This record gives sequence, C-alpha cells and structure tokens, in this order.
Amino acid sequence: MWRLHPSPEALGSRDSGTRIILPCGDSAFLVELPELTAVVAYYRGLTGAGASGLAVPPGIIDVVPAARTVLVTFDPGTIRPSEVCDWLQSAEPARDVVSSGREVTIEVSYGGPDLTETAQFLRMSEADVVKLHTSSEWTAAFSGFAPGFVYLVTSHERLRVPRRNTPRTAVPAGSVGLAGEFSGVYPRSSPGGWQLIGITTAALWDASKAEPALIRPGDLVRFVEV
Amino acid sequence: MGIVVLNPGPLTVVEDLGRQGWASLGLSPSGALDRQSLRLANLLVGNSPEAAGLEILLGGLRLRFITASTVAVAGAEGIVTLNGAEIPLNQAVRVAPGAVLDFGAPLFGLRYYLGVQGGIDAPQLLGSSSTDMLSGEGPAPLKSGEQLVVGRVSAGNGLVSGPGPGPGAGTGRGAGTGRGAGTGRGAGTGRGAGTGRGAGTLPAIRRAPDPGRAITARVDRGPRSDWFDDESWRRLVSQEWTLSPDSNRIGARLVGRPLTQTRNEELPSEGMVLGALQVPPSGLPTIFLADHPVTGGYPVIAVVRRADLDLLGQARPGQRIRFLG
Repeated sequence: MWRLHPSPEALGSRDSGTRIILPCGDSAFLVELPELTAVVAYYRGLTGAGASGLAVPPGIIDVVPAARTVLVTFDPGTIRPSEVCDWLQSAEPARDVVSSGREVTIEVSYGGPDLTETAQFLRMSEADVVKLHTSSEWTAAFSGFAPGFVYLVTSHERLRVPRRNTPRTAVPAGSVGLAGEFSGVYPRSSPGGWQLIGITTAALWDASKAEPALIRPGDLVRFVEV
Repeated sequence: MGIVVLNPGPLTVVEDLGRQGWASLGLSPSGALDRQSLRLANLLVGNSPEAAGLEILLGGLRLRFITASTVAVAGAEGIVTLNGAEIPLNQAVRVAPGAVLDFGAPLFGLRYYLGVQGGIDAPQLLGSSSTDMLSGEGPAPLKSGEQLVVGRVSAGNGLVSGPGPGPGAGTGRGAGTGRGAGTGRGAGTGRGAGTGRGAGTLPAIRRAPDPGRAITARVDRGPRSDWFDDESWRRLVSQEWTLSPDSNRIGARLVGRPLTQTRNEELPSEGMVLGALQVPPSGLPTIFLADHPVTGGYPVIAVVRRADLDLLGQARPGQRIRFLG
C-alpha cells in the first residue's frame, strides 16, 4: 500500500490565507475555508457550477460542502492523492456567488405557525417578513440533516432568528423555515426546531426521479408567494 | 420467480454495492458492509458483482424458494441448511422449488451474504437497491410473509457448475473443526469458476473473524487529529478496543480508555467519510460505516483504510479491535 499525503508544505499551508488542505484517510481531503461565503464560492469553483469552474477530474467521487469546509472524496485507483491536491489548490473560487448554478423557484403558502412570532421578533409586520423572504436571492450552501434538506443563505441578515426553544416533535413535510442565518424546506415530516413561516407542495426529495433532490448545493433559490 | 420470507431473523436487508457520489445531497453510500463477501456470493452464482443480494445479521433468516434457483452464501460462517441438510458456504448450491433455506447463528463473523442467481429485484434509488438504515431510503428490511422478486437470469450468466473441488468447498465447518487446519483457503486462491462473464478469478475467500480474537484495522490520521493530545493517538493505536453492542450499519461504537480532546470548542458540522473515527465528548470513538451521516459535528481523529472496512462489518459485539497507525 502506498501512503501518500500532500507534502508537508501543502498540509496546513494557507494560500493567501484562505485555504487549508487536511488529510482525511487514504481517499479524501478536507479543505478548510474562513467562512460560509468562501465555502459556497469555492464549491462552485470546484464543481463548475461557477463560470470559472474547471472540469471535475475523473476519480473524484463526492464534493461535500458544509459550514466551513469542503470534503472531497476520490478513488485512489483512478486518481493519485497528489493530483487531487493539485486540483484543490489550483481551483479558483467562483467570483459571483449568485449569478451561476441552476435556479429553483419554490411556491410557498405563507402563514406558518411561527410567522407571527417571527415577525414580532424581527420587529416588522408579517407581510414584511413574507416580502423579504420572497424578494431575497437564496443560495443553497450545503445539505445535511436528511436527504434533500438544504441550508439556504442570503446576502443579508435581516431574517436572522433564533431556533425555537422547544423543537417540534413533527414538522410537516414541505414546511418552510428560518433558523439562524439559514432558510430551509423540510423534505419530509421530521422533528425540527426551525421557525416555520410557510409551507410548499413542492417535492424536495423524490426518490423515483433520476435527480431526486429539487435543490442542490450551488443552486439559486427563489420563493414565490401563492 | 420468487422467494417467500418465512422469518427475517433479527435484521435482513437488501444490499448491493451502494450508491456512491450523492453525499452532497445528504445521502450516504450504503451498500454491503462486507463488500467482498457480497461480490463473491454474486460471482459464485454467475451474477455481476454489483447485483443485489441479502445481508443477514446474526442468522435467523428462513426463506422458501417458490421456483428453482441457484444460491451462494458468503461472509459469516455458521450452519446454513437447505431442507434441514447443511450446505457448504462460499459455493454455488442448486435449490429445488419449495425448498427451505435456514441460517443458523454465525459461529464466526456477524453478517452472511446471500447471492441468488438473477439477483434480488428490488426498487432502485439512484442506481442502487441498497437499504439505508439512516435515511430510511431503499427497500425496507425484510418482513415475515413478504415475497422477494428474483431478477431474470440473462443468457450471459454462465451457471457456475456444481460443487467444484475448490479450496475449502463443502468443509461444513461446524463447531470445533479446527479452523485453518489445512483447508487451504488463503488469500489469492483465485478459483477461476468460469462464470463466462470475463470476470476472471473470484475474489479470495476471506475467513470470517474469530470472535475470540482481536481483529486489526489500519488507520491514517484524520483531519482533526490535532484536536487531541499526543497521548490520545498513542492510546488509539496501542490499546485493544471492544466493539459495543450498540453498533449497527451506521457506525461501530468502541469501548475502551477514552481519548482526550485538547480543544474545547465546537466544531462546525463538516463532511464525514466512510471509516472516519469520530470522537464525541465521551472520548469513545465511533467508526462510520456504510449508512453513516454525511456530515457531523465531532472531530475525526483517524480514518480506517478502505481495505479494512469489510472486516469491521464482520466484527461482533464484544470483539476486540486493534488499530495500526
């Protein structure tokens, strides 16, 4: 078995203070970035969802964005770790974080169980919460929690609310919520602590489809009131 | 074509080699925990290695075959009977219509793999019929009375001819057969079974681990090994850990002398790989297996080599595990 990691210079090195590449076993690297906006831009640069994206090399299996990192897994039988490392180091972050990727529109019936409380917390009217939610461009940052659940971020923090003190034992499928800096849609009924402001009939996860997830990381999401 | 489930045992699930490449959508790879044994069971009956078979935890499974079939059992080792008569493992066996196949508790290893000629025909998600116990995606675990559909045997499927004189074939290893006593089942036995698929040689039959002996898994440093003191790394690779009974397809939980985190900060959730040793505040690691969550918020001190994960899938509760790093 070979045992090749990036060179000591590459490991823990920061290029212009933005990127650290950490080893993650024999077939993955974890790239650490300063904050979520940098993650989204870098993810788009890597996956070609951005205009400047290089093609993803053969042998790359998964590129998984998260809050501060991008995990890249690969097949060591197809691509050498050093080649993966070179690709990760040379990839340019996408410049404009909102003009690329697919666009997904989600129709929402507002008036969720926490809309009143959310409006009170934000010191605005319920109508203004809806207006702000529908007029903002949301970027799908990363998945997690359940297949098809995506953490959406936007360029302002005017809808930032805390999670509920007591999580609900069952949040209905299609519920549209806010929590911290994020908005998100529950793909199926599950426990959850987000503030629910509306509901959609859109299928966020449809296992019978070739593309089961309605929203994928890197996508641009708009909400429309119905 | 079909098989009736008379008793599913503690947990029997449909698994193939899983669905890789969907972690960014929040979906784990799933698939057989002991991939080599599933491949072997498939190749023995003339299937392609990625066909869907059954993963049988701790035996207890009882099946009635409605139609004639050819099957092979690999992975764990125990008494498997067809109409009450013991059948050899790691070998193709013809099954007559109406015959009942019974899996006894394994004596070595934990999970049997059943390959059925034509494969198990279960609905697919993203190209795989694997059950994912974490997300609930894929076929539900087998239930009593359920009928399994068997795929059509295509003309290209060369039938593996009857019991060949392959190494270890039909040794019927009951209790006290003195394992390793010249059964000649070492690595690389390469039994060309002439599957007529250009598959070449069969994968080597790997003995299921002896529950009374420690198994060894090689580890590399994980992305957060610097979150632990140096003593922790030594503790990780020098002690014998014990597999906890809380283990499942999602993760193998370990019991031993805990590891000590030096950074008491919260780790923002990050991508997790197969084989990651994630260390929660208790200091007792969990090894992420096929149905693992795609992201997690505890630091990963080490990652088990891919090649050694199959063996972990056969480790039993109470089994001792050593890490080589």
